[in-house]
Amino acid sequence: MPKRSRIWAWSWTLVVAASVLVASGVQRFPKPDFRSGYTVPQYTPPAVERTAAREWLDVGLLTGGLVLAGYFALARRSRRGLWILSVASLVWFGLVRKGCVCPVGSIQNVVLGLVSPADGIPWTVAGIFLLPLVAALVVGRVFCAGVCPLGAIQDLVIFRWRPLPLWLRQFLGMIPPTYLAFAVANVAVGAGFWICRYDPFVGLFRRSGPAGLIALGWILLLIGTVVPRPYCRFLCPYGVLLGWCSQLSRRHLTISPDQCIQCRLCEESCPFDAIRVPTPPHPDRAAARRRMVYALVLAPAWVVLGAVAGWAAADPLAAKVHPDCALAAELRTEESTGKKEQSWETRVFRASGRPLEQAEEADRDARRRLRRAWAWAGAWVGGVFAVRRIALGRRSELADYVPDRGQCLSCGRCFAYCPREYVRLGELDGIRGQP
Amino acid sequence: MNAELPRRAWLRQNAAAVAGLVFGGAATAATRRAASPHRLVWQIDPKKCVQCGRCMTNCVLVPSAVKCVHNFDQCGYCRLCFGYFDPGATELTTAAENQMCPTGAIRRRFIEPPYYEYSIVEDLCTGCGKCVKGCTTFGNGSLQLQILHHRCVQCNECAIARRCPAQAIHRVPVEHAYRMKSQAASVTATWRHKEDGPAHA
Repeated sequence: MPKRSRIWAWSWTLVVAASVLVASGVQRFPKPDFRSGYTVPQYTPPAVERTAAREWLDVGLLTGGLVLAGYFALARRSRRGLWILSVASLVWFGLVRKGCVCPVGSIQNVVLGLVSPADGIPWTVAGIFLLPLVAALVVGRVFCAGVCPLGAIQDLVIFRWRPLPLWLRQFLGMIPPTYLAFAVANVAVGAGFWICRYDPFVGLFRRSGPAGLIALGWILLLIGTVVPRPYCRFLCPYGVLLGWCSQLSRRHLTISPDQCIQCRLCEESCPFDAIRVPTPPHPDRAAARRRMVYALVLAPAWVVLGAVAGWAAADPLAAKVHPDCALAAELRTEESTGKKEQSWETRVFRASGRPLEQAEEADRDARRRLRRAWAWAGAWVGGVFAVRRIALGRRSELADYVPDRGQCLSCGRCFAYCPREYVRLGELDGIRGQP
Repeated sequence: MNAELPRRAWLRQNAAAVAGLVFGGAATAATRRAASPHRLVWQIDPKKCVQCGRCMTNCVLVPSAVKCVHNFDQCGYCRLCFGYFDPGATELTTAAENQMCPTGAIRRRFIEPPYYEYSIVEDLCTGCGKCVKGCTTFGNGSLQLQILHHRCVQCNECAIARRCPAQAIHRVPVEHAYRMKSQAASVTATWRHKEDGPAHA
């Protein structure tokens, strides 16, 4: 063997031996023998602050908060009670606990737990997800009014409001189901927790976070002074689930403590346009029925349109959404320009020695799953839209002023506008409370 | 409120029961399908860490919850500590220009010639990982980046994990909340087992 190759062989052996040593935990440099009697200290890392007891305490406080909110909204009919409760929740769940995990974000943990067994959720998270929904099934969306810190911070800045036109509410109201559907789809394909990533208020609770999101939080609060609770009404994905449950709730907050006297005083009391007003029967019933038939016939078309839109949007946006697609795109750019290792991601990938084909394979796989998930999400959004159109055309048999169960956040602002409430409190003579 | 038709009330009650069952079932299934519902916390695997510096900049907290920790047990007590001294250091003194750490967060204490003991001042450390890079490249790798759990707020999606180029940050069972390099092998093994186990079951 020539001398030169022997030296190479030796040095390679050394390198391999060294890497084996390091990999097996044997140290590159052994500890010296100290002569001064020095003993090597033991490093003890700080203890985990989040104990099981603390998590169960939060579940307990959430339960207590929901029970109290239900009591204040339905039994006691106390706006002040709900206000104090929401401020307390803002302080505790927002400023002290600083956010995670909250019911809004827990949707994603539940979905992840369903699609990937390794990420099964603890009972505490299951409870945090479930408790406000169960409360909504019993007494309506009391979580929104009394316990949610995201809602409370927006409720505090409400200054004045005007009713939003129906078409605008319908249009903006489609954002939450869309957000929910695509956030769930993204979790299912491993593209991250988008609801948490774009939570505008958690940065304010923590007094630190990405500058863009802090700014978004302040902007939403600013908008919230004249368009009350913009996040709750036109963004919150958990509000969609709460709205459904509230539609089906066993009991619900009422504007009047006993009977509506149609005095119209509560008409503009709701900052969230959640009061349904008595509507006269439609003058042209044939036309109404025709519109209803159109809405029914068109429903499948909306579903298909949504699915196609979701499918078509997945490919162009994949590199922005899924990390595997982003890596493959970066590698492709590097290969075409010839400038290698432009980012840490590609540097680590190339250092791992895996073939480029592996990144391409992961990219193709991620794109396939993303297309499928987004098509389902789009179809679902189309379905929601179709159902809402049908509901719009439905004949209303409303005689009294009642809260819209899906929209009403159970804040109790309308109590003070109802004359019957003052009769109940004994502050107004019963006769004068009548029309 | 107007009196509802009994039929509608009946429908509504059934729909409510179905909704309760669906959400309850989903939450329970999400719990049950875990191998064992561990409580999990975020942690860095120092073996995968490439010291890119994003731990310092991407944490939602300022300063970051990631800090350098010194696992003395692994330290080789190098005379030329590459975690402490800048590669361009002219003298092996404590002068600021000779130190690797931009905030002077590493303190050294004389033991006996020629050995010093190095420790991290947690409040000064920014988690930039410069010392970790030096120690890992040329030394034993006893300096390691770890998420300190009295600082971490346990975001539902760790903002650093999302941007970690080496995917070195994962949720780990709270019983193994820290992953020192010497222990990382065994911890990783249990974690892998957990990942793989139920998937094939």
